[in-house]
Amino acid sequence: MLWTCLHFPNLPLQVFCRASTTLSPLAVTSAAAQPSILACNRKAAAAGIMPGMRASAAQALCAALQLKARDEKAEAASLSSIAAWAGQFTPTISLGAQAVLLEIGGCFRLFGSLENLLKKICYGLTELGYEFVIASAATPRAASILARARTPLTVTEADALPTALSPLPLALLGYSPDAISDLAQAGIRSIGACLALPRDAVARRYGQGLLDEFDRALGLLPDPQPPFTAPSRFETELELPAPVEDAEVLLFALRRLVFELAGWLRARNAGVTRLRLALKHHDVPVTEVTLDLTIPSRDADHLLALWRERLARVSLPQRVEAIALAVEEIAELAPTNFSLFPETPDGAALLDRLRARLGDQALCRLRLHADHRPELAWRETDRENDSICPPANQRPLWLLDEPRRLGERPALDLVAGPERIEGGWWDGHDVARDYFVASDSHGSRFWIFMNRANGEWFLQGICG
Amino acid sequence: MKPVLQAVLHRPDIWSGDSLAQPEDGIASGFPELDAALPGGGWPRGGFSELILERQGIGELRLVLPALAGLSRENREVIFVSPPHIPYAPALVQHGIALSRFLWIRVYDPKDKLWAAEQALRSGSCGAVLCWLPTLTERIARRLQSAAEAGKTWGVQFTAADRAADACPAPLRMRLSSADRKLQVRVIKRRGGGWVAPISLNVASNVDHVVDLSTFS
Repeated sequence: MLWTCLHFPNLPLQVFCRASTTLSPLAVTSAAAQPSILACNRKAAAAGIMPGMRASAAQALCAALQLKARDEKAEAASLSSIAAWAGQFTPTISLGAQAVLLEIGGCFRLFGSLENLLKKICYGLTELGYEFVIASAATPRAASILARARTPLTVTEADALPTALSPLPLALLGYSPDAISDLAQAGIRSIGACLALPRDAVARRYGQGLLDEFDRALGLLPDPQPPFTAPSRFETELELPAPVEDAEVLLFALRRLVFELAGWLRARNAGVTRLRLALKHHDVPVTEVTLDLTIPSRDADHLLALWRERLARVSLPQRVEAIALAVEEIAELAPTNFSLFPETPDGAALLDRLRARLGDQALCRLRLHADHRPELAWRETDRENDSICPPANQRPLWLLDEPRRLGERPALDLVAGPERIEGGWWDGHDVARDYFVASDSHGSRFWIFMNRANGEWFLQGICG
Repeated sequence: MKPVLQAVLHRPDIWSGDSLAQPEDGIASGFPELDAALPGGGWPRGGFSELILERQGIGELRLVLPALAGLSRENREVIFVSPPHIPYAPALVQHGIALSRFLWIRVYDPKDKLWAAEQALRSGSCGAVLCWLPTLTERIARRLQSAAEAGKTWGVQFTAADRAADACPAPLRMRLSSADRKLQVRVIKRRGGGWVAPISLNVASNVDHVVDLSTFS
């Protein structure tokens, strides 16, 4: 067993600021009647604000300071979405306090090596926009202690654990604070110092529980972790630090969610075919935008490129305060085969990009339709073509939207024809026409017809 | 020829003006006379071409259709970006286009037209991208040429003669006119240079026959 602990020391702050590109002074306050500062970002710290300070004092120090009340619900949601995202690496996941634990001993070979896997996790977390400390050890508790002590170590052997943990403060053990302060008064502050004491004496004074904690951390006692099950539906909301109407800022926030989505999809070996983005405003109804994909995808860059084009077509009634991304449809992703010869890139990606920017109605595929009347002999379609044979006589390559009236017989050379087309009495579009290919003195060719009902001539096509 | 000159001509670093640059294999146009005049023996696989039309309807589309039909049957996408009229499906099928590989993009904003053409050319998943941009400025032509090279896709722009610029960065430019019921192709510019005599092509359909007008008077 090898456990990795992802600890997020600044989580209360980051649930508010990971959606933004710019750094403005921001602090999170406790929810008490007289709120005090729990955490602040670098910009606020530079203005002299420190955790523990009264919120009013902090506001006096820095007028531009943005204060946010701690949002534990958002923190829990963040942790759970990180855990769902981490499902792409390992199936064994567990949630801790401001931490996510991953069992990676069984799976790191899939990623080449342990270093590769840890690098992948670190890279991914940075894309999600979190600051984190990552530490790995043979037991979950040891990994968690190492991460909380901000020592990004990897201790794969259980034998090496006592040495690695010894210099760390005893408080990280998470045992009852009374016992820890009693030990501190006796001058025992580090884990190593406590381990050096006779076990029976420690058990008598501070309870068997403390010894059990040590034994679990060192792997002498079993330490089962409650498993985390990823939600079967992806729906994540991200509050923006300040209302936004700039597309670039919006896309930056969306980027965080799309990377989360990519991890969630990879854990399921699925691709998304329809996404819904809700842009929430202050006091007008939510703007909903959907994105359809031709082939399922979980490529974050591809999805982002599509969103960029799609959002360019959206007009916002008001500035956006929060965004929520939800998956509407997923489909199993066919495994990719690697070809010996380089293949031409996939056309579906291009179609999705064109559709995202130009809209559905701009892309048109054609099919034949079984009708003798030329204007009805084709249809727009999104399906595969039926097998209908084209007419035997030559048709023009361009068709005019509407036949253009020429009046009397035009001064053109008739070079082919006539082709008599009659029909349509059954649906009210009755036609009785004689078609000709005609050529003008400059060599342009046209497709014209004479309406047999009244002898008028019309231009319907250009040979092209 | 003097032996000294002969020796100079055989040096590998001497480039003689009459030999055409031989780039990658072209796309056979279906007209052997035209293939002979095109570098690579056909339409450029990764290049942008400008066809200047004296008039519409003289056979400009029939000139490129044999090549397009071949591409669509090889499962390569053929894209028309904002053509002037409706591409008529029965005629396309008659000319051998596989409709499942034919895409008509209807956009009206010139910026969107250019964007769509550039995306399609650059993606590399298309066989040919034909566009009817209102104007082809030098900057636009350069962008499309670089996109066509990047995506190894054949790009075509149809320009009306009265809107055509004198010079254009597209590596292949032709002027199309009609004479004696045949399509006259004049190569204005091609890779490798050199003057080419105007080529006369019979693009008319073979079902033509003169009508007995007496029955329709």
